[in-house]
Amino acid sequence: MSDTLSPTSSTAAVPSAPPLDSRATRLRHFWADYRRSPAALLSLLVIVVLLVLSFGAPLLAPQDPYDMAALDWLDAFLRPGEVGSGGYTHLLGTDNAGRDMLSAIFYGLRTSFVIGLSACALALAVGIVVGLTAAYFGGRIEAVLMRVVDLQLAMPAILLALVLVAILGQGVAQIILALVVAQYAYFARTTHGAAKVERGKDYIEAARSTPLSTGRVLFRHLLPNVLPPLIVVATVQVASAIALEATLSFLGVGLPLTEPSLGSLISNGFKYIHSDRAWLSIYPGLFLMVTVVAINLVGDQVRTLLDPRRAT
Amino acid sequence: MTAALQVRGLTTRFDTRAGAVTAVNDVSFSVDPGRIMGLVGESGSGKSVTGFSILGLIEAPGRVTGGEVLVEGQDLRALPPDEMRRMRGRKVAMVFQDPMMTLNPVLRVGDQMAMAVQVHDRVSRRAAWDRARSALETVGIPAPGERLMAYPHQLSGGMRQRVAIATALLHQPAVIIADEPTTALDVSIQGQILAEVRRLADDTGTAIVWVSHDLAVVSSLADEICVMYAGRIVESGPAERVIAAPRHPYTRGLIASVPSSHAPGGRLPQIPGSTPQLSSLPAGCPFRPRCDRATDLCVTEPPRVAAAGRTVLCHHPLEVAP
Amino acid sequence: MSLLTIDHVSKRFTRPTGAIVRGLEKLRGQTPKRTVHALTDVSLEVARGEVLGIVGESGCGKSTLGRIVAGIYAPSDGAVTLDGAPVARESRGTVDKLTTRVQMIHQDPFASLNPRMKVGETIAEGPRQHGLIPAPDLRDRVAALLSQVGLEPAYADRLPHQFSGGQRQRIAIARALAMQPDLLVLDEAVASLDVSIQAQVLNLFLDLRRDLDLTALFISHDLSVVRHVSDRVAIMYLGRVVELAPVAPLYDAPQHPYTQALFASVPRLGEGRARFHPIKGEIPSPLDPPPGCAFHPRCPFAGPRCRTEVPRLKPHDSRAVACHLHDGGTGATTGTSEAA
Repeated sequence: MSDTLSPTSSTAAVPSAPPLDSRATRLRHFWADYRRSPAALLSLLVIVVLLVLSFGAPLLAPQDPYDMAALDWLDAFLRPGEVGSGGYTHLLGTDNAGRDMLSAIFYGLRTSFVIGLSACALALAVGIVVGLTAAYFGGRIEAVLMRVVDLQLAMPAILLALVLVAILGQGVAQIILALVVAQYAYFARTTHGAAKVERGKDYIEAARSTPLSTGRVLFRHLLPNVLPPLIVVATVQVASAIALEATLSFLGVGLPLTEPSLGSLISNGFKYIHSDRAWLSIYPGLFLMVTVVAINLVGDQVRTLLDPRRAT
Repeated sequence: MTAALQVRGLTTRFDTRAGAVTAVNDVSFSVDPGRIMGLVGESGSGKSVTGFSILGLIEAPGRVTGGEVLVEGQDLRALPPDEMRRMRGRKVAMVFQDPMMTLNPVLRVGDQMAMAVQVHDRVSRRAAWDRARSALETVGIPAPGERLMAYPHQLSGGMRQRVAIATALLHQPAVIIADEPTTALDVSIQGQILAEVRRLADDTGTAIVWVSHDLAVVSSLADEICVMYAGRIVESGPAERVIAAPRHPYTRGLIASVPSSHAPGGRLPQIPGSTPQLSSLPAGCPFRPRCDRATDLCVTEPPRVAAAGRTVLCHHPLEVAP
Repeated sequence: MSLLTIDHVSKRFTRPTGAIVRGLEKLRGQTPKRTVHALTDVSLEVARGEVLGIVGESGCGKSTLGRIVAGIYAPSDGAVTLDGAPVARESRGTVDKLTTRVQMIHQDPFASLNPRMKVGETIAEGPRQHGLIPAPDLRDRVAALLSQVGLEPAYADRLPHQFSGGQRQRIAIARALAMQPDLLVLDEAVASLDVSIQAQVLNLFLDLRRDLDLTALFISHDLSVVRHVSDRVAIMYLGRVVELAPVAPLYDAPQHPYTQALFASVPRLGEGRARFHPIKGEIPSPLDPPPGCAFHPRCPFAGPRCRTEVPRLKPHDSRAVACHLHDGGTGATTGTSEAA
C-alpha cells in the first residue's frame, strides 16, 4: 500500500468540524429568544429587583423589624405616607407594634426567598437521587420508590406540610424540612421520567459496557442530560414553596411574627382586614403575589424555550 | 408525448438564524409516464426537500421561491391553495419513508383507504372499499380483505409500506413521489417492493420519482437518474449510462465508494471531506473543496454541459466514449 | 486457539406484565406469547486477528448476539468466554461486565456519545477508571487516539454536537480503542452514514485492523460492507446461524436457501435494471417462530422434514450449513435430488 494510505491521510480527509454553535452562542440564542416575550422580560426584572431589595434589606430598609428596641408603640398604626418618631416617612405605614411595613416586607421577602430557594434546592437534590435511582435500577427498587412518590403526589402538599410542621415545631429549619418532604416528589417524578428516556439511549449502554462505575454513569452521564426539564420544574417549585411557606405562616403554624415572613405579615394584618387598616394585609399580599407570578412567568418562558418540540 | 411531471428551475429557501439557505437550487427534470426517475443524493443534498417542494408541502421557515412544477402540463405552483389540495392525492401522491406518516393508527386500513377515495370521488362506501381492495391487490398484498379489516399496528413494516403505496395509487395519479420508501425495510422485503413498483410503473403508466440515498437500489429500479449535491442536480441521464460512465467527479466518487465494486479488504476510494453546510457553501462549484479536478476556474459558477440526453454541472466533466 | 468462544448461547426476553393485564387476558381467554426467542443455540468461535461478519435481517438476533458478546446482556443459556474467562455475569437481574477487553461501537453516533460531555473526557474516562493509562499521560494519549482516527487532537475540548456523523463515529472508535480492547464489536457501525462517509470509516477500520491487529465481530445488514471487511461470515435467520463460511466461497456459492435468496434480493450496482427474485412471504415473528426449520414457510425447497425437525449447523469442509438439503434431504422429491 502506498504511503497516502497511512492513518495520517485520514486526517486530511476530515479538514474541520462543521461550524456549529458553541455553548456560548447557544446561550446567546437562548437569551435572544427569551427577550422576545415582554412579560417574561419584565418578570425577570421584577425578580432581580425583589432579590436586591430583600437580600439588601439590612442596607436598604429604613428600620430593622427584628430589633424590638427600635420599635416605638407610639408609631403603631401609622397610615401609609405618615412620618413617625424616627423622622422618616413610613411609605406603607406601620403595624400594631409600630413596625415599618416596608422594612418588614423587605425582611419578610428575604425569609421567603431563603426558605423557598433552600427548600427547593434540597428537594431537587433528594428528588434527583430518588428519580435517578428508580430509573436506573428499575425492578423492585423502582416500583417501591415511585409508588411512594405517586402516593405523595396524590395528597395536597399543604396538608402534608401542615402535618409535618405540627410534628416538627416552628422555625426556619423545620419549615424547610417540611417543604422538602412535600416537594421532592415533583422532582423525583420529573427526574424519573426524563431519566427513563435517557436510560435507553446508546450512550448509557456504551458507558455501561466500557464498563464505567454505576456512580459515574448516574452522575456524569445520566444526570447532566435530565437537568433541562428539572430547571423548569425548579422555577415553578420555588414559587410554590414561597406560597406554601406563606400559607403555613398565615395559618399560624409557620414562622412567628418576630421572624417576619410574608405569610406571617399577612396573617398579622388580617385581623384588621375589615377595618380601615386593610393595607396591613394588602401590601405584603401584593408583594407575595407579584413574586409568585413573576417566578411562574419566567418558568413558563424557560419551559417554552426548552421544549424539544419547539422548532429552532 | 407530454411529460407526466416536468420541473423547471425549482428553488426552495429556508430562513435560518445563519441567514437564508437554498436547499433546492434551480432544479429541473422531467419524467415521462410509466418511467421511474431516481433522485439520488447524500443527507443534506436537498433530495427530500425537492420531493416536498413538488407537492407544495414546504412549511415555514421554508418556502418555494421560484420555478414551475408541471403535472401533465398544468403548473401546480400557479394553482390556488384549495385547487392544489385537490390535485394532491389525485394527480400527484406521496409515499413517505415512514408509512405511519400517511396511516392513521386508530382507523382500520380499509376505512382510511375508503376515506381517501371519497375525498376526491363521490362514490358509495361500498364502492370505495372495493377500490381499496383492488388497490391492495395491485401492490401484491395476499388476502386483501383481511388486511382492510386490520389496524396499521397489526401489519408488518413492509406490509404497511405496501398499504401506503396502494393508497397513493387509489386515484391512479400521474405522478408518485416516493421518499426513501424502502430505506427502513429489510432487504428481502425491499426486493419484494421494488419488484412490485417496477411492475406498477410499467402496467399503470404512473410516473415515479424515487428519492433515495442508495445508489444500488436506484440503479436497479430507475430509468433515469438525477444526482443531487448541495441543493443542485449535478448530473442526470439514463440510469445505466450514469452508473457505468459517470461524468461528474462527485457521481464518480459516490459510485466508487460502494464496497461491492471493489476487491474485499482493499482500501475504498473515498471522497475527502464531508458534506458541506448549506449555510456556508463555497463560491462557485459547491463540490470544489472535495474535488480532485478542481482548478481556478471552479470558483465561478459551473456550467451546465448537456449532451446525448445527459447533463453535467461541471467545468471539467469526465470524458466518456459517446 | 480462539480468542472468543460463543458456546450454545440462547437468549430469551420475556415481557413483564402486571397482575391486572394478566387478569384481563384470563377474562378474555387469550394469553399472548410473551417470550421472544432472540437467539437460539448459537455457537461461534473467533480467532485472534480475525474479523467475523454477522449478517441478517431484522429479528435475526444479530444485535442481541453483539450485545451478549459486549457484556451488555447475559445469555439465558450457554456461555460467552474470552480466552476462557466469561465476559459478563448476571446477578439478581443486573448484568455485570467482567472485562474491559471487549468494546462495542454502536450504530448511531448521534446517540452513542453523551451530548453533554467533551469528547476528550468521553475517550479518557474509561482508561482513567480502570487505570489503563497513567493519569499524567491521559491528555497525550487522547490526542494520539484522536489523530489515529483521523481527527485533530485539538477537538478533545469540543462537544459531540459540533461534529458530523462520520466524525462522531471516529470518536466512538477512539473511545473503544482507548480501552486497548482485544475484541471490537461493531453493531451496524457504518449503517447510518452516507456512502462517501461510510467509505472513509471503512478505510479507517481497515487501517486500524492492519496497524493494531484487531479482532472484531462486524455486525451488519449490508452484504457488500460485510464482504469487504470480514474473513468469515455467519448468516443468521430468526435467532439461529444458518450458514457459516469464509467470505470468498460464501459469496461465490451460497449453500443455504435463505442465503441464496438473500443474495438474490440485494440490488447490485452496475448490473443495470434488475430482474428481481424476491423471497416470498414475510419474516416470521420471533415471538412465534415456525416449528422445524424457521425458514421453511418461505423456502422453495422445503419438504416434510423441514416442517418438523430443526436442522443443525453441520460442518462441510471449511464451512457449515444448517439445512436438511445438505444433510440427507428434506423428504421432498425436489430436495433430495439437490442434496448431494
